[in-house]
Amino acid sequence: MSFVEYSDLIQDGDVAIVYLGPESMMPVKVKQGAQTQTRYGVIRHSSDLIGRRYGSKVTCSKGGWVYVLHMTPELWTVNLPHRTQILYTTDIATITMMLELKPGAVVCESGTGSGSLSHAILRSIAPSGHLHTVEFHQQRAEKAEEEFKEHRVDRLVTVRNQDVCKDGFGVTGVADAVFLDIPSPWEAVRHAKAAMKRQGGRVCSFSPCIEQVQKTCEALVDQGFEELSTLEVLLRVHDVRTVYLPLPDFGPDETAPQTSVALKTTTLPREMPGHTGYLTFATKPRT
Amino acid sequence: MADNVDEDSPDRIKAGDYVVLKRGDIFKAVQIQPKKKAMFEKQWFLPDTAVGQLYGSTFDVAPGGILQPRKPKDTEDANEAGTDNRHILDDGKSQKLTRDDIEILKGQGLKDQEIIQQLVDNSSTFRDKTKYAQDKYIKKKKKKYENTVTILRPSCRILAMMYHGREPGKICHMRYDMLAQMLTLANIHAGSKVLVFETCAGLVLGSVMERMGGYGSVIQMFPGGGPVRAGVESFGFPAHFHDTLHEFPICHVNALLAGTLDTACKDPPAGRGQCPYFMFFFYFQAQERKVKLEEKRKKLASAAALLEGRNADGLVIASRFHPCPVLLGLIQFLSPSRPFVVYSQYKEPLIECFTKLKERGGTVNLRLTDTWLRRYQVLPNRTHPLLLMSGAGGFILSGTTVAVDDSKPANSQRAEEPAAKRQKVDGR
Repeated sequence: MSFVEYSDLIQDGDVAIVYLGPESMMPVKVKQGAQTQTRYGVIRHSSDLIGRRYGSKVTCSKGGWVYVLHMTPELWTVNLPHRTQILYTTDIATITMMLELKPGAVVCESGTGSGSLSHAILRSIAPSGHLHTVEFHQQRAEKAEEEFKEHRVDRLVTVRNQDVCKDGFGVTGVADAVFLDIPSPWEAVRHAKAAMKRQGGRVCSFSPCIEQVQKTCEALVDQGFEELSTLEVLLRVHDVRTVYLPLPDFGPDETAPQTSVALKTTTLPREMPGHTGYLTFATKPRT
Repeated sequence: MADNVDEDSPDRIKAGDYVVLKRGDIFKAVQIQPKKKAMFEKQWFLPDTAVGQLYGSTFDVAPGGILQPRKPKDTEDANEAGTDNRHILDDGKSQKLTRDDIEILKGQGLKDQEIIQQLVDNSSTFRDKTKYAQDKYIKKKKKKYENTVTILRPSCRILAMMYHGREPGKICHMRYDMLAQMLTLANIHAGSKVLVFETCAGLVLGSVMERMGGYGSVIQMFPGGGPVRAGVESFGFPAHFHDTLHEFPICHVNALLAGTLDTACKDPPAGRGQCPYFMFFFYFQAQERKVKLEEKRKKLASAAALLEGRNADGLVIASRFHPCPVLLGLIQFLSPSRPFVVYSQYKEPLIECFTKLKERGGTVNLRLTDTWLRRYQVLPNRTHPLLLMSGAGGFILSGTTVAVDDSKPANSQRAEEPAAKRQKVDGR
C-alpha cells in the first residue's frame, strides 16, 4: 500500500480503510498480531487482513462483516484525525486542476494543518515531483512529518516548521504552484512569488472571509500576478430513493388501477453545506 | 538584460506546437503551422510569426496578421472624476467621435490603447463619471477595441474552460469543475492502469493522460470505427505519452469477457458481420489493408492483454451513451477496491446506474453529486458574485468496487442511511 501507488494485497505496516457501512469507515494501521474492535466483532490482523486482497469481505468475530479498502487521499480526507479544520475533496479537486498539478510538479503549501490537501497533492505530483509544506505549529508539523513517513510518502515531501509570512517556504525559484491556507495570506504573497520558478506558475489562496480575499487580491496585483480569479465550489449530494405518491380518488373509475405510484428520484439533504471558503487563483508571469 | 537563449529554449514557441490563444476569457486551441492563418475573435493572423517568442507572451495583431510582442502596459493616469451620476444624461450624444472617425484612426494604425484614450478625451461625460464608472467604461472599450492575443501552453484547466465556453455540446456540457471532480474522485495518478470511455472529443482522455504524466497506461474504450482523439492532440503531449495510450473497441467487450476473443485472427470471423471496426477497412488496397490490419490486430492484442486480467485501477465514463450498460459492462475490468466515476449530462440515467449497482452488489460509497460554481468580482468596494453558473454542469456518480459476493443474496446489502442522517462531507 501507498498513498501514491496501488497494491493488490494487504501487508504489515499498511494503513487501510475498514468499511462498515455507508458513512461508516475507519482507518486501521495493519500490524502483525494486532486486533481491531468493530461493532461486528474483532478483526485479527494476522489472519483476517495480512495477505488478503484489498476489497475483500472480512468476517469479524461476532459474525458480521466489513470490507477492507485500499487507501486513497479521498478516503483519508474523510477519515483522518482532525488537528485543524480541513479541506474536503470538492475544494481539493478544484485546486488540483486549477493549479495544474501533475507528475513532476513542485508545490509549496502553507499551512500543512492536518495534511488533507497535502496527501492529495502528493498523489498528483508523484513520482517525480516534490511538496514543500510549511506549518508554524510545532506539534502539528511533527505529527505531519510522522504521518508522511508512516504513509510511505516522505521522500516526496519536506516539512518545515516556520512562519511562512516571515520566513517564506524555505526554497526559492523552484515551485510550479503555491497554495496558501493561512489567516493572513496577503503577507505571504511575496514569499509565494519568490518560491516560484522564474518562468512562472500558479498560485491559490483559500480564505473563508471576503475581507481576506480582497486584501489577498490587492497583494497579488501589487506583486505582478495576473489572471486573478476568485470562485467558490459547492457540492450537492443527491440521495437516491423511492418515493410513493398517492393518486387522488375521484370516484369509481375502471381505468385507474393503482392507489399510488412509486417513483425513483433523488432528494437533497435538509441542510446543504453552503460555504467552505473562497478560492483565489492567479498566474505568476515570467520574471 | 538579454535572456540566455539556450536556457529559455524550452519556454519558446516552436513551429508545430499545439498552443492556446487567449483574449480575456476567450480561448482557442490551434497548432502553429508555417504560413497557416488562424481566425480568432473575428481577426485573421499568422500564429507562426510568434515562433521564437516565449510562452505566456501577449502580442498586438499588426497589419498583415503579424504578431508583435506587446510592451507591458503603462500605469493609468489619475483622471478627474465625479461623485455620482445624478447629472449625467444618457442621450447617446456624449461621444464626439463618430464610427467613421474611429475607422480613420484605426486605419492610421493607432494602437488600441491610443484609440481608447481618444474615446475618453472626446467624451463629454467621462470627467463626470465616478472613478468606478470610468474604470468600467475603459474596461468595456478595451474589450471592444482590444487587438491583442496571448499565446499559452495548453493544459487541462485551459482546454476544459475553452471547450465549455466554445463548444459545450462536444463535451456533453461538462463544466470544468465537474471534470476536476472526476479526475480526483477517480484517483488518477502516475503508474496506474485507467480505462476511459468518453465522447468528449478527447478532452477527458487528455486530462487523464496529463494527470498520469506518461506513467502507467490508459486504455481508451471506443464505440464505432475508431477512437476520437482530436482533443488529445491539443494537449501537445510529448511523443512518449502516446506509448502509454491504448485503445479497445467496445464491440469486442463481450468476447473478451467471455474469453472468446481471438486476437490472432486476421480476418473478420464469420458471423461477426456488422462490427464497424472491421468494416472500416473494407475499401483499402489489399496490400495496405494487410499492413493496417496487422497493426490494428497488434494494438487489439496489446489492449486485450491489459484488460483480460480484470485488474484495472480506475474507470472514467463521460459520454452521450446511456451510462448504465457502459458502466455495468466496463466495471468488470476493475480490481476490487478501486474507484470509478461516471459523468452524465442528465441525472436520471445515473439514478438507474445507482439502482442497478445496488442490486448487483460489489460496490460501496456510491454517491450521486453535482457541483455549483460561483465566480466573484473582487475589487475595492466593488466585490460581488458574478453570474451564477449552475444547471449546465452535469452530474457524477462515483463509487468504489469491492469483491463481488456470489454467496449472499443481493438484497441483504446494508441499507442506505435514512434521510435524516447528515452526510460527513464538506462539514463546516
